[in-house]
Amino acid sequence: MAVTEQEILAGLGKIINEITGIPATEVTPEKNFVDDLDIDSLSMVEIAVAAQDEFGVEIPDDQLKHLKTVKDVINFIQA
Amino acid sequence: MSTNRVRVVVTGLGATTPLGGDVASTWSALLDGKSGIRPITEDWVDTVPVKFAGVAAVDPGDVLPRPEARRLDRAEQFALIAARQAWQDAGAPEVDGERLGVVVGSGIGGIGTILSAYDLYREKGWNRLSPFTVPMLMPNGSAGWISIELGAKAGAHSTVSACATGAESIGYGIDMIRSGRADIVVAGGTEAAIHGLNVASFAAARTMSTRNDEPERASRPFDKGRDGFVLGEGAGIVVLESEEHARARGARIYAEAAGVGYSSDAYHITGPEPEGRGGREAMLRALKDAGLTPADVAHVNAHATSTPVGDEIEARAIKEALGSHAIVTATKSMTGHLLGGAGGIESIFTILALHERIVPAIANLDDPADGIEVDLVRGEPRKLDGGQLAAINNSFGFGGHNVAVAFTTV
Repeated sequence: MAVTEQEILAGLGKIINEITGIPATEVTPEKNFVDDLDIDSLSMVEIAVAAQDEFGVEIPDDQLKHLKTVKDVINFIQA
Repeated sequence: MSTNRVRVVVTGLGATTPLGGDVASTWSALLDGKSGIRPITEDWVDTVPVKFAGVAAVDPGDVLPRPEARRLDRAEQFALIAARQAWQDAGAPEVDGERLGVVVGSGIGGIGTILSAYDLYREKGWNRLSPFTVPMLMPNGSAGWISIELGAKAGAHSTVSACATGAESIGYGIDMIRSGRADIVVAGGTEAAIHGLNVASFAAARTMSTRNDEPERASRPFDKGRDGFVLGEGAGIVVLESEEHARARGARIYAEAAGVGYSSDAYHITGPEPEGRGGREAMLRALKDAGLTPADVAHVNAHATSTPVGDEIEARAIKEALGSHAIVTATKSMTGHLLGGAGGIESIFTILALHERIVPAIANLDDPADGIEVDLVRGEPRKLDGGQLAAINNSFGFGGHNVAVAFTTV
């Protein structure tokens, strides 16, 4: 059962809000984690771990560093 | 008190305890003789012989934003809450970060994190652990977080001496200012160790009260019927400041942190030396360090944990060091024993006793043990005289660590 981009975005928004306090509505596909959302590397690890649990997709460390934007993560989970 | 070295004063107080979420509510509950001890509701309670504890009156999760709380062990949550209160209470002083230090420790560290992280690691593997697991379990984590919060760059330290940790931290903070390393130091202790393994381990050492039918009556320092200590949790943190710095900014000064005395029993890893030599020497060294005489000391906040072996030995040590005139209280009768946090909150109680000239009564002291030759406060709080007074907070820890911190009125 494929998850839609909207479902992933909603799930990511919830995870990012839980971890960083950033409102889920600010988590939009074009946002850059570092430049726009001010999320540091350890928080990215937390987000990746939570996303793995939520969507059942492993995000290896060497892939994580290439995921710069919310859209990158959505694409990775869908792929 | 005629030394020409830097004088250190207390300008801020912060605490979260089993009696209240801040200093004012805790102090008011102490003066009212209220108990912070209640039944434990966690599922592990059926596996241990002790069914009650001094759980924090205000859950830190209700105070801190969730994204912040999830990166902190519960002991760090308490410490950060108490440090913020103390800092605000001190008037959030303007200070060069290079002249601001932190000394905050814990007796046990992030035991809640260690145990839950171990379960998670075994069930789901290493890569499900929070990247903050290490800073959550390390006992210096609180000092690190507080230094980040306040921009304190003179040094962040964590002394560890079991139940003497909070008092030793304040002693270290006094020394940091005296030695010229800092103008202000945020100092104290924290603990969050109400967990099945910890309760089981203290019970295995036969040190805990099992008065399960009367939790509020279980912590009874100096009483004949005492049967062990009652575990509590929380933090107590003070702002120490050079008198010069405090006066220059017109700060409110609660008391002078006049001196500290240390000793070690070198006798037994958990039990006190039977003659009370270590406690006595710590108090005498605190007097010497502060330039005080025994006659100056009007009040002692005793370590007195309510264990059968410890309290009478401490009473003897107080008698030998100071005589019989000092008014002695034992606030663990109401808060329980906060381990590494104890010296923090009890220093605050000692400071407030001087500042407000009133000493809380010892709760549950129905029938004092035989042979106690010090003046225990029973029934109602007792007023202190006017004039220049000194008071001592005693804190002793497993390992044979003894710390006495002397405060004076200003």
